[in-house]
Amino acid sequence: MKELTFLLFQAILGISFIASAAYLVYFISQNKQIRKIARIIMVVSGILQTLYIILRFVLAGHMPITSQHEAVFFFAWATTWAYLSFRWRYSVKNFGTFVSALIFCLIVISSFSEKNIDTLLPALQSVWLPIHGGVSLIAYGFLSLAFCGGLMYLLLEREIKSKKFGYFFSRFPSLDSLDQLNNHCLSAGFTFLTIGIVTGSIWARQAWGTYWQWDPKETWSLITWFIYLVQLHQRFTVGWRGKRAAVMAVIGFTAVIFTLWGVTYLLGGVHSYAR
Amino acid sequence: MPGEIIILLGVNHKNTPVEIREQIAVSGGYEEPLAALKHMAGLREYYLLSTCNRVELLLVADPGADIEDKIINFLFGDRIPRAHANRYLYLLYGQEAVHHLFMVAASLDSMVVGEAQILGQLKEAYRHAAHFGCTGPLLNKLLHKSFSVAKRVRTETAIGSSAVSISYAAVQLAKKIFGNLKDKKVLLIGAGEMAELAAEHLVGQGVGEVIVANRTLARAVDLAKRFRGKAVSMGELGAQLESVDIIISSTGAKEIILHKDEVKSVMRARMNSPLFFIDIAVPRDLDPRLSEIDNVYLYDIDDLSNAVEINKSERDKEAVMAGRIVDEETLKFQRWYQGVAVTPTIQALKEKLDDIAFGELERTLVRMPRMDDVERKTLTKMVEAMVAKILHDPLMYIKSESCAGRDNSDLKVTIVRELFGLTKDEDGK
Repeated sequence: MKELTFLLFQAILGISFIASAAYLVYFISQNKQIRKIARIIMVVSGILQTLYIILRFVLAGHMPITSQHEAVFFFAWATTWAYLSFRWRYSVKNFGTFVSALIFCLIVISSFSEKNIDTLLPALQSVWLPIHGGVSLIAYGFLSLAFCGGLMYLLLEREIKSKKFGYFFSRFPSLDSLDQLNNHCLSAGFTFLTIGIVTGSIWARQAWGTYWQWDPKETWSLITWFIYLVQLHQRFTVGWRGKRAAVMAVIGFTAVIFTLWGVTYLLGGVHSYAR
Repeated sequence: MPGEIIILLGVNHKNTPVEIREQIAVSGGYEEPLAALKHMAGLREYYLLSTCNRVELLLVADPGADIEDKIINFLFGDRIPRAHANRYLYLLYGQEAVHHLFMVAASLDSMVVGEAQILGQLKEAYRHAAHFGCTGPLLNKLLHKSFSVAKRVRTETAIGSSAVSISYAAVQLAKKIFGNLKDKKVLLIGAGEMAELAAEHLVGQGVGEVIVANRTLARAVDLAKRFRGKAVSMGELGAQLESVDIIISSTGAKEIILHKDEVKSVMRARMNSPLFFIDIAVPRDLDPRLSEIDNVYLYDIDDLSNAVEINKSERDKEAVMAGRIVDEETLKFQRWYQGVAVTPTIQALKEKLDDIAFGELERTLVRMPRMDDVERKTLTKMVEAMVAKILHDPLMYIKSESCAGRDNSDLKVTIVRELFGLTKDEDGK
C-alpha cells in the first residue's frame, strides 16, 4: 500500500510536469491542439491528486493535511481544482500556463518533505481538522489563482504602459478579464479564508479553551486576512482595481506563503506540524 | 479657354488655428457659399472643400479680375482683420495650385498622412459644386484627375495601409485593455478625419456609444449623426470623462486641452475604471503625463504606429514616393493644360494671318479685273506661301520643346499672343 502511494506520487509529479510543459509549449507556439492536450493532462493530474489524497486518508484514518508534505500537496490539489472549476466557467487566455507551473512547483516542494504517514497528535484528532485545515487550504488555492492573475496583469500592464508590445501582448487576455479574474478569485479565496479562521477559532476553543491565543500562525493568518480585506473593501468603496489590485494580490499571496512556511520554519507555535 | 488663371486659396490645420478656421463662413454646409459665389464677376469655375481640418476654394478666374480680394472678403468678412487673414491663408496659382490639390486628394496633406477619408470628402465637395453648376470643363478635368492621382498613390505606395493599421492598432489596444467593447463609450474630441476613421473601426467592433465634442456644435451634431451618437459642447468635456471609456482627440488646439490633474480628479468619480486616450492631434492635445495615472493609457499616433511596427522612416519613405507621384501627375496635367492652350493660339494666329492675307488679296483682285484664272491662282498660292512662311517661325517657337527642362509654354503663348495682338482681338469680340 505504501509503495502504491509512493508510485502514485511519482506519477503525479511526472504528470504535473508534463502538464506545465504542455502549457508552456502552447504558450510559445499558440497551437490550439496542444492546449487541448494540456487541458486533458491537467484534468488527469487533478484526478490522480484526488486519488492520492483519498489513499493517504484511508491509510492514515484522518484528513491528510497534518504534515508539511500533506499540507503543501493539498494546497496544490486545491489550486488545481480551483483552476479547473474556474476554467469551467470562465476562459482566460493562457492562464493555465502560469497556474500549471505554480502547481508543479508546489508538488515539487511537497516532494522534498518527509512523506511518512504519522500518527496524529491528540490535539489534532477532531472533526474540525478537515473543516478548518481543508477550507483554509482551499482558500489558498483560490488566492494563488489571484496571484497568477495579478502577475499576468502586471506583466501586461507594463507592456501597454511602456508602449512596446513585446512577447506577452498577443498572448495575454485583456487587462479587464485579468482584473475580473483577480476579483472573483479574491472574493472566493477571502470567503474560504474567513471560514477557515472562524472554524479554527471554534476548534481552538474546544481544544485549548480559548478562541484566540496569538499563536504566530493565527497572527499571520489574521494579517493575511486583513490585507485581502483592505483590498476588497477598497475595491467596493473607491474602486481599487487594475494595477493596485494586482499588486495587492501579489502582496497577499506573499503573506499566504509566509503563513504557510515562514511561520512553520521561523516562528514555530502550535501549528508547526511535523518537521 | 486661354487667359484664365487657376487659383487655390484656403486654410488648413497646419498653419491656421482651429479658432480662425471656425470663423470662416462656410461651416454651414455647401449650398449657401456656393450660391453666394455664383454672382461674383470674373469667376468662371469654382469649387469649395470644407472639412474639419481645412477650408479650400479652387477657382478658375479671368485674368486681372482681382478676384482674390473679393474671395478673401467673402471668406473672412469683418470677423478677422485682413492682415491677420493673410497670415493664415495660402494663395496658390497655376501649377502650384494643381500640385496642392493633388497633395490633398492623395492624403499627403492630412493630419494623419494616408488616411482615406479625405478623398471621400473631396468627392462629396465636387458633387455639390457640380450639382450647383459651379464647375466647368477645366475644374471637371482637374478634379477627376485628382481622384485618379489619389487612387494611383494608394495603389502604388503603402501610404494608406499605415493609416488603416494605426486605427487597427488602436482597436487592438482597446480590446487588450477593455476586453469586450460592447458596453464601452467612445468620445471624439474634435471631429478630424482620422478620428472618424478610428471611430469607424471601433464602431465596427461593436462599441456601445459614440459621443462627439466639438467647438462648433453643428459639426459635432453632423458627425454624431453618422454614428448615431450624441453631440456635446467642449464645456461638457469634464462631465463626459466620467462616463466614457475611450477618448480620441484630434482638435487643432495649440495648447494642451486636458491636463493630468483634470483627469486624475475624474478617476475618483469613475471608480478607477480604465480610460484609454488616443491623441491624434499635432500639436498634441493631451498632457503626456496622463499615462502616469493608474488605469489611464495614453497613446499618440507615433506610439500606435510603433506598436504596429511601421517605423517612421518607412512611413516617410512611402510619403516621398507618394510625393513623387503627385509631382509627376502635376506635370502631366500641366502638359495637357498647355496643349489645350497652345492649340487655340495656333488656330487664332493662323486665322488672323489668313484674314489679313486673303482680305488684302480679295481687295487687290477686285482692282485687277483683267487678270485671268491662272494668274489669280498663282497670286493666291503666293499669298498662301507667304502666310505659311510667316507662320512657320512663331509656330516652331510655340511648339518647341521646353529648353533646359524648364517648361515655359505659358510664357511663349503669352508672347505670341501679345506680339500678334491676339488677346486684344478676343476681348474685342
